[in-house]
Amino acid sequence: MNFAPETSIDIASAVNRATAPSTEAKLKVEKLNFYYGDNHALKNINFDIPEKRVTAMIGPSGCGKSTLLRIFNRMYQLYPGQRAEGSILFDGINLLGKELDSTIVRSRIGMVFQKPTPFPMSIYDNIAFGVRLHESLSKAQMDERVEWCLRKAAIWEETKDRLHTSALGMSGGQQQRLCIARTIAVRPEVILLDEPTSALDPISTSKIEDLIDELKQEFTIVIVTHNMQQAARCADITSFFYLGELIEVGPSAEIFTNPREARTRDYITGRFG
Amino acid sequence: MDATLSGAQTVKGLAAAKPTGRISDPLFVGLLWASGIFVLLLLGLIIAMLFEGGLPALREFGISFLWSTTWNPVTERFGAGVMVFGTLFSAVIAVIVALPLSFGIAFFLTEIAPGPLRRPIGVAIQLLAAIPSIIYGMWGFFIVVPLIAAYVQPPLIEWLGPIPLIGALFQGPPLGAGMLTAGLILALMILPFITAMFVEVLESVPPMIKESAYGVGATTYEVYRNVSVPYGRSAMVGAVMLGLGRALGETMAVTFVIGNATRMSASLFAPGATIASTIANEFPEASIGSLKLQALLQLGFILFVISFIVLALSRMLVRSKLKG
Repeated sequence: MNFAPETSIDIASAVNRATAPSTEAKLKVEKLNFYYGDNHALKNINFDIPEKRVTAMIGPSGCGKSTLLRIFNRMYQLYPGQRAEGSILFDGINLLGKELDSTIVRSRIGMVFQKPTPFPMSIYDNIAFGVRLHESLSKAQMDERVEWCLRKAAIWEETKDRLHTSALGMSGGQQQRLCIARTIAVRPEVILLDEPTSALDPISTSKIEDLIDELKQEFTIVIVTHNMQQAARCADITSFFYLGELIEVGPSAEIFTNPREARTRDYITGRFG
Repeated sequence: MDATLSGAQTVKGLAAAKPTGRISDPLFVGLLWASGIFVLLLLGLIIAMLFEGGLPALREFGISFLWSTTWNPVTERFGAGVMVFGTLFSAVIAVIVALPLSFGIAFFLTEIAPGPLRRPIGVAIQLLAAIPSIIYGMWGFFIVVPLIAAYVQPPLIEWLGPIPLIGALFQGPPLGAGMLTAGLILALMILPFITAMFVEVLESVPPMIKESAYGVGATTYEVYRNVSVPYGRSAMVGAVMLGLGRALGETMAVTFVIGNATRMSASLFAPGATIASTIANEFPEASIGSLKLQALLQLGFILFVISFIVLALSRMLVRSKLKG
């Protein structure tokens, strides 16, 4: 793949964005090591994820970026043999600490997956499901919440007349926005996006990207992507991972125009990956 | 070099060339057709034989043969009511007992069990399925029946018997052998099948969907109840129907422990009979051409029809899931 020509076009937009990193770190990764059994997948990662910004993680397949994302909401704990060392401070609290309950962590740090994953229930219930786990709302409050998050995910107009039909009947792009709505509904502080547009067509992709731009007013967003133009378009901060190491992190404009590391430059110009 | 040479030959000799499979391939295809047709033919012949053999009994007693509760070989009055009831009752008990256990085992195996424990439990379940029916029968007769007669039935009859309505289920002497015991043994026998299918269904739930549910902060139970089970619901109902189908036709184990009484009773503890157990018991005593033999063949036909309906339903449900 050759990203170089298109990337340079997008750089203008990346440069024009307000790129000054916020001083507030929402997530502070410190000396993080991660293992799949004996496989040392992440090696001594240190970096900050600023509040109410979009942070992109890029790198070739198997570089550990998705792994890191799955540590943020402790998804790795579902699988025996996976373990993390070091610490991730979330508003000063260590996410990896045993005293913290996983379900609480996951309600504060939501996640959207590579493929749309609607639950086998109605559109309304897809959203109400997560909310009911954490709050007991009246019918009217729940209706309000469902509308609120569907509006936020820019899908209200398309769904308001079919809220009680199965979510499995929606198109892929709609399902993915529903999944974003469902994540927002629980009112998390951080939203993790794991290649959210990799299964979508270009129009749906641009809708999701617009949405990401919208959502960073209220949420801290971390996005893993294989699409470097997407990182350049959406992210304020971009980090480059290679073979389990964090090679470079900085404002997107800087990473895409003037990377410090040769490996970063090789990757974003399409020389490997 | 070689390629051009052989290419030239092919063009020249195209019309004259003899394909290697000219005779053997049609033969092979013909054999495949024959195998397929054989199954249909076999099934059709069995149905026809059962129906034809039982027809005199149906003529003699009319359609009321289906629900008449008389079974008197001395006066030659026969009816299928008691056996049909016994067959359905014992099979339903079996499913009610096996279902929660299967759910538990299947979910434990797919979600909770640590790797080293998964295999032994999986193998144990397969072995349960491999135990011959007659072994279950002997075990049930010599071990389970006395235990139930001594420890389960007396307290249940004493405590639950006097309650109106549901008390009717707990009447009679504590004999051990009866509907409940038959249902319990059947439950053990269909457990492996239902569990194996449940495991398959649960494993087919995409991990990403489960992770999404965990991702909004759901607990293991909430993911199971709200995502995994609804995802595979129709296939699971199909699995239960398949188990039910097996329970309906099971013969030897049931014959050992059901008590073999051709009387109708609503009590769980009363001895009864199923279609299969009646046929197994009375076939040796039915002489050729007798009305009794015809009644037994008719019973067989009824069992066939019931099993067929249940199986067709289960297939339909399983398939609807696989498509969706």
